[in-house]
Amino acid sequence: MDQVMPPPVRRIVVDGEPTTVAPPPPRPETANGHPTGVTPLRRRARTSSPGRERMRVEELSVAYAGKLAVKEVTLPVRQGEVLALIGPSGCGKTTLLRSLNRLTELTPTASRSGRILLDDADVERFEVTDLRRRVSMVFQQPNPFPMSVFDNVAYALREQGSKRPRKHDLQPAVHDALARAGLLAEVQDDLDRPALRLSGGQQQRLCIARSLAARPEVLLLDEPCSALDPQSTAKIEELILELRRELAVVIVTHNLQQAFRIADHVGFMYLGHLEEYGPVDQVFGTAKSKRTRDYVSGAFG
Amino acid sequence: MAAHAHAVAPRTRAVESTRSWRTLDRIGLLFCWAAGIALCLITAAIVLYMLVKGVQFLRPHLLVTHPQPDLDQSKTGGFLDPILGTLILTVIGISVALPLGVATAVWLTEYGRPASLARAVESGVEIVAGTPSIVLAIFGLVVFQQHIFSWMSFTAQGNAVFARSFLTAGAMMSLIALPLVVGSTREALQSIPRHVREASYALGKSRFATIRRVLLPAARPGMATGATLGMGRIAGDTAIVVILLGASLQLQAEGSTPLLKTLRGTGSTLTSYVYNNSPAGEGNAPQKAYAAAFVLLLIVVALNFAVDVLVRRRKEPQWIR
Repeated sequence: MDQVMPPPVRRIVVDGEPTTVAPPPPRPETANGHPTGVTPLRRRARTSSPGRERMRVEELSVAYAGKLAVKEVTLPVRQGEVLALIGPSGCGKTTLLRSLNRLTELTPTASRSGRILLDDADVERFEVTDLRRRVSMVFQQPNPFPMSVFDNVAYALREQGSKRPRKHDLQPAVHDALARAGLLAEVQDDLDRPALRLSGGQQQRLCIARSLAARPEVLLLDEPCSALDPQSTAKIEELILELRRELAVVIVTHNLQQAFRIADHVGFMYLGHLEEYGPVDQVFGTAKSKRTRDYVSGAFG
Repeated sequence: MAAHAHAVAPRTRAVESTRSWRTLDRIGLLFCWAAGIALCLITAAIVLYMLVKGVQFLRPHLLVTHPQPDLDQSKTGGFLDPILGTLILTVIGISVALPLGVATAVWLTEYGRPASLARAVESGVEIVAGTPSIVLAIFGLVVFQQHIFSWMSFTAQGNAVFARSFLTAGAMMSLIALPLVVGSTREALQSIPRHVREASYALGKSRFATIRRVLLPAARPGMATGATLGMGRIAGDTAIVVILLGASLQLQAEGSTPLLKTLRGTGSTLTSYVYNNSPAGEGNAPQKAYAAAFVLLLIVVALNFAVDVLVRRRKEPQWIR
């Protein structure tokens, strides 16, 4: 990726055209799909129309041992979109993300109120394993399991309890998942190598492949690039843009430029509140709240 | 080269001089050195002494002939039975301790609720680890003399259960190995980052599938280390053998079912053989005691070496923390 690094966020605000942002006008460099290279802030066209609502968070509050981490958050997660959650550390964005597939339940002290809907059905109604197959998650640290590359992907496919399917029956699905995660070409020659021998970026893409193998409808990403170098980050970002065609992506990131590069909608969280939610240009350009403007311009972090 | 380096810059000395230290600190340092060196010397003395005695007295035929009771030392045979006894007992002990210990460790790290029960289990394991094996042996004798356990040994005339057999001794031996298996398995499980477990749950896997497919394979080197250490402890224990195995010179089978008759019968191990043949025992054949002790030492050293190899293999690539 010989991409010119985007300018600091501070300049984005200056460069943006605040008065004309909503509805976002097509940018000259992306409208025809050929970046002019003048200000390659974006390298893709934004989704023209919002996709259908896949998940909906309604009045969600999450508390750890009685202390509220997420306060009455309401927001939609749409099919075919990347939703980025940004905000300073400890603002509840990871907690919000983890509630979407009920991973918060692993914390004994966590309690929750409000509703989370997946395709109009409350996530409480789902069998938790079934929910997590449909709403999968990739973590901050690459965490392949201590087995071969093949088995890592196949692990997600193998039904628990039932007899293990034969290896060559799984092969097409494993290859497909690796291909969708953009890793197949790099590992194809030796799928039996231990997954932990891969580089960090490859490991993270393997984790994405593993999640994709179960064919989820929503993919949650918790700062997936924070442990990676810029090249690996670029690859993963490209991958996310690729993936959002087929599923809804929710990403938590500390990296504002990253949110700006890949998100369609952005939620800015502050002290557990959803301070601002809107299309990326609006949040980065003409945010309603002063705090959001301060945060995206780097006044605090 | 040296002259050149000198010309560039005066090097600071990497080695700290103790000249500026207080006297007490210097004495302390001296003590540390002395302790380390003394330990090396003691180890070397044991190994060398046993090596000399072993080479002096160990003859290949001793390893393959049955021991015989006889007043004439030239007719008392070798120690094939004690070697077999050591192997059988070690296998029984570890095959009970390994699944039990791994299950305990998994429960402690992955479930461990209610916390009070987890604490009780933890201290239980610690107490077992700290109990002298002779106490375990006496306790085992009481337990296995109960009639429900009569299948493990045999019933003497007058309906008294004998309680001495490979099965009963192996069961008590497993308690010696158990804390080591629990400890190292637990350590291995705890070293797996939380997000690895969560990654498995996030793929829609149950807790059981996560333990079975992700955590246990990752903890396998730890389990192997614990098992090997435990085997060393079993092979080296004497008290349980003397009290619960009967320490009979030969393997004394009991009953007629093949294999089970040996397991229900009594026998001896290298440790009890050494004890009985040493000047302290009744055999009074120190040469054979030395030869057997040398074989035992070889077995234990080999097991410790295996632990080293296992621990080194644990240096596989790990997760980012």
